[in-house]
Amino acid sequence: METFVFYIFSAFMVLSALMVISVNNPVKAAFFLVLSFFASAAIWLLLEAEFLAIILVIVYVGAVMVLFLFVVMMLDINMVQIKKGFVNNLPLAVAVAIAMFATIFFVVGGESFSQSVFTIPDRHGADYSNVAELGKVLYSDYVYSFEIAAVILLVGIIAAISLTLRRRPNTRHQKIEDQIAVKSKDRLQVVKVDAQPRKYEPAKEEQK
Amino acid sequence: MLDLILSIYKIPVINILVKIIVIMVPLLLTVAYFTYAERKVIGYMQVRIGPNRVGPRGWLQPIADAMKLMFKEIIFPSDANKVLFTIAPTLAIATALAAWAVVPFGSELVLADINVALLYILAMTSIGVYGIILAGWSSNSKYAIMSTLRTAAQVVSYEIAMGFALVGVVMAARSLNIGDIVEGQSSSIWGWYMWPLLPLFVIYFISGVAETNRAPFDVAEGESEIVAGFHVEYSGILFAIFFLAEYANMILISIMAALMFMGGWLSPFEGVSALGLGDSFLAGSSIIWLLAKTAIFMFLFLWFRATFPRYRYDQIMRLGWKVFIPITIVWIYVVGLMYYLELAPWFIKG
Amino acid sequence: MHQLTQFFDSLFLAELFKGLSVTGKYLFKKKITVQYPEEKTPQSFRFRGLHAQRRYANGEERCIACKLCEAICPALAISIESEQREDGTRRTKSYDIDLTKCIFCGFCEESCPVDSIVETRIFEYYGEERGDLLMTKEKLLAVGDKYEAQIAADRAQDAPYR
Repeated sequence: METFVFYIFSAFMVLSALMVISVNNPVKAAFFLVLSFFASAAIWLLLEAEFLAIILVIVYVGAVMVLFLFVVMMLDINMVQIKKGFVNNLPLAVAVAIAMFATIFFVVGGESFSQSVFTIPDRHGADYSNVAELGKVLYSDYVYSFEIAAVILLVGIIAAISLTLRRRPNTRHQKIEDQIAVKSKDRLQVVKVDAQPRKYEPAKEEQK
Repeated sequence: MLDLILSIYKIPVINILVKIIVIMVPLLLTVAYFTYAERKVIGYMQVRIGPNRVGPRGWLQPIADAMKLMFKEIIFPSDANKVLFTIAPTLAIATALAAWAVVPFGSELVLADINVALLYILAMTSIGVYGIILAGWSSNSKYAIMSTLRTAAQVVSYEIAMGFALVGVVMAARSLNIGDIVEGQSSSIWGWYMWPLLPLFVIYFISGVAETNRAPFDVAEGESEIVAGFHVEYSGILFAIFFLAEYANMILISIMAALMFMGGWLSPFEGVSALGLGDSFLAGSSIIWLLAKTAIFMFLFLWFRATFPRYRYDQIMRLGWKVFIPITIVWIYVVGLMYYLELAPWFIKG
Repeated sequence: MHQLTQFFDSLFLAELFKGLSVTGKYLFKKKITVQYPEEKTPQSFRFRGLHAQRRYANGEERCIACKLCEAICPALAISIESEQREDGTRRTKSYDIDLTKCIFCGFCEESCPVDSIVETRIFEYYGEERGDLLMTKEKLLAVGDKYEAQIAADRAQDAPYR
C-alpha cells in the first residue's frame, strides 16, 4: 500500500517536473512546478517527516510560488523569440547535459544512495513528535549554523531592500499615515449662522 | 441488525467516511445558514429586515439560492482554459474542507489528531489561494487577473502576520497540536491565551479577515472597481462552490480563533465556585462552548462587513507589513520575557 | 501631544470601535422596511404614473390636438395625428405614447391647455409584449374613463398650486 502511494506520488513528481521544462506557457509551467512540490511533500510525509513536508507546502507552494506566479503572469513572454535557434544549439546543449549528468553520476551515483550507505529510518509511534526533535537539534547541535543562516537571510533582505529603495524627492506619493490621521475637524468647520429675515424684492416683470 | 451496522462501522475506511460525513454535513449546513445570517444581520444593521419571503421568516432562502445556482448554466468565457477553469473552484473548496480534518471539536472529538495540526491548517489556507489565482488566470478576463494579482500579494503578506501571531500561541502552549493548545488554557477564564497574547489575538483575527478576502479587505472582489474580481466569469454551480469555500474558510478562521485564544471547548465558568454552578453543564467543557465562541467570531465577520468601508489597496499592504508584522515580532519578544518571569497562570515552566 | 493621542487612538482602534458601536446600535433599531405587495407607501396626488386621456362630463374627449405635449416631450414619446371632424372641430386621429420611451417627467400634463393628457397614480402595469407598452388613443381613453373619479379628485387637490 505504502509503496503504491510512493510510486503514485513519484510518478506525479517526475511527470510534472518534466512538464515544467516542456510546456509552452510559462504560467502553466509554474503550476506544474507547484504540483511537483506538492508531490515531493507527499513523499516526505511517507518518510514520517511531516514537519518538513508541511513547511515545504507553506513556504514553497504557499508563498514562493505565489510570488513567482505573480511575476510570471505579468510578463509578456514571446515563446517564438525564445525558441529561435533551438535546433542549431541542440547538439551543444545535449553534449553539455550529458557531461553534467556523467559528472554527477560518477561523483554521487546510485551507490551513494543505496541502502548500504543509508539505513532504513526507524518507525516511530504516533506520539513521536519530530517537530520537537528537530527543534532540539536545531537549537543545540546546530545552533551556530542556524543563527548564521538566519543572519545571512537578514543580510539578503536588507540588500534587496537597499538595492530597490530609490529616494525620489520629486514624486508625489500619498502619505497614508497623514491620511489616516486626519480628523473631521481638520477639514470641516461647522459655523453657526443666525437666520436673517430677507427683504422681498420683486423681479422686474412683476414690477410692471 | 445493530451488530451488522456496528461491524460495518468498524471497517476503517467506512469508519473514517462516516466521521467525514458527520463533520461535513453540519459544516455545509452552517455555511448555507451563515449566508442567510449574513443577509439578515447586515439587513438589520441597515435598518432593513433582510430576506423573509422564502419559507417562514425566510428560513428556506439559502436552499432556494443553492437550487437556483445549481440549475443555472455554466458559461465558459471564450479562449478560457476550460480545465483550469473548472479545477479552480474545486481547489478552493477542497482546501477549505480539507483543513477541517484536524480541527478538534472536543478533547476526543477529532478526525485526525496530528502533531503539526496548526501548520497543516496554515498550509491548507495557503494552498487555497491557488483556487483564486487559477480562477483569475484561466478566466481570460482583465478584471479577474487584476483581482488575482491583488489577492496573491494580499494573502502572502497577511499569512506572515498570521503565522507570527500563531508563533506566539505555539510558544505559550509549547505544542503544535490543537488539542494540547486548548488543554494549555485550562484552569479558569484567565488561563485563556487571549489575555497574555491580546495583540496577537487581535492581529490573528484581522489577518484572518484579510486572508478570507472579506470586508473591509475585500479588494479581491471590490465590486466598485473590478466588478466581482476573480469570479467575475463564473456562473452557476462553479460560482456557488467559490461561495461555499469562502464561507467555510470564514468559519475555519472563527473556530481557530476560538480554539487558540478563547479556550476552545473549555467553559468560561471553569474554576468559578462562587456562582454555585457546581457540576452543571455550564461549568463543564463541552462542544457547546466551542460553538458559542465560534459564533461570536462569525458574527464579528458580519459586523465588520456592515461597518467598515473597503481599504484602499496600498493601505492594506501598509497595514500588513508596517503595522502587523512589527507588532507581532515585538510581542513574541514580550512572550519570551513573560516566560523568563514565569508569569502565572500561563507561563509556568513544566 | 497630538501625535501621541493619534498613536494611541490608532493602536487601540478607537475609531473602529466607534464605527462598530454605531452599527451595533442600529442592529436593534425598529426596521423601516415596507413589505411591498402587502403594504404600500402613501402616494402624492401629484404622482406621475401611467398616462390617461380625459373626457368632459358630457362624454366629449378633451384633447383638441394642439400638439403642445408632442412638442414638449423630451423623450419624443408622443406622436399625434390630427384631423377635422364633421362638426368642424379639430380632433386627434391617433394619439400614441410609447411607454418604453417615456421618462414620466409630467411635462405633457403641464403643457396641456385642456387638462386632457394626465398622469395617474397607476404604476403597477406591465406588458407581456412590446406592443403592450404602446398606449394608443383608445387605451388612454379607457384608462381615463376607468379612473376619472380619482383623476378629478387629484386635479382638484392640486388646483390651488397651479
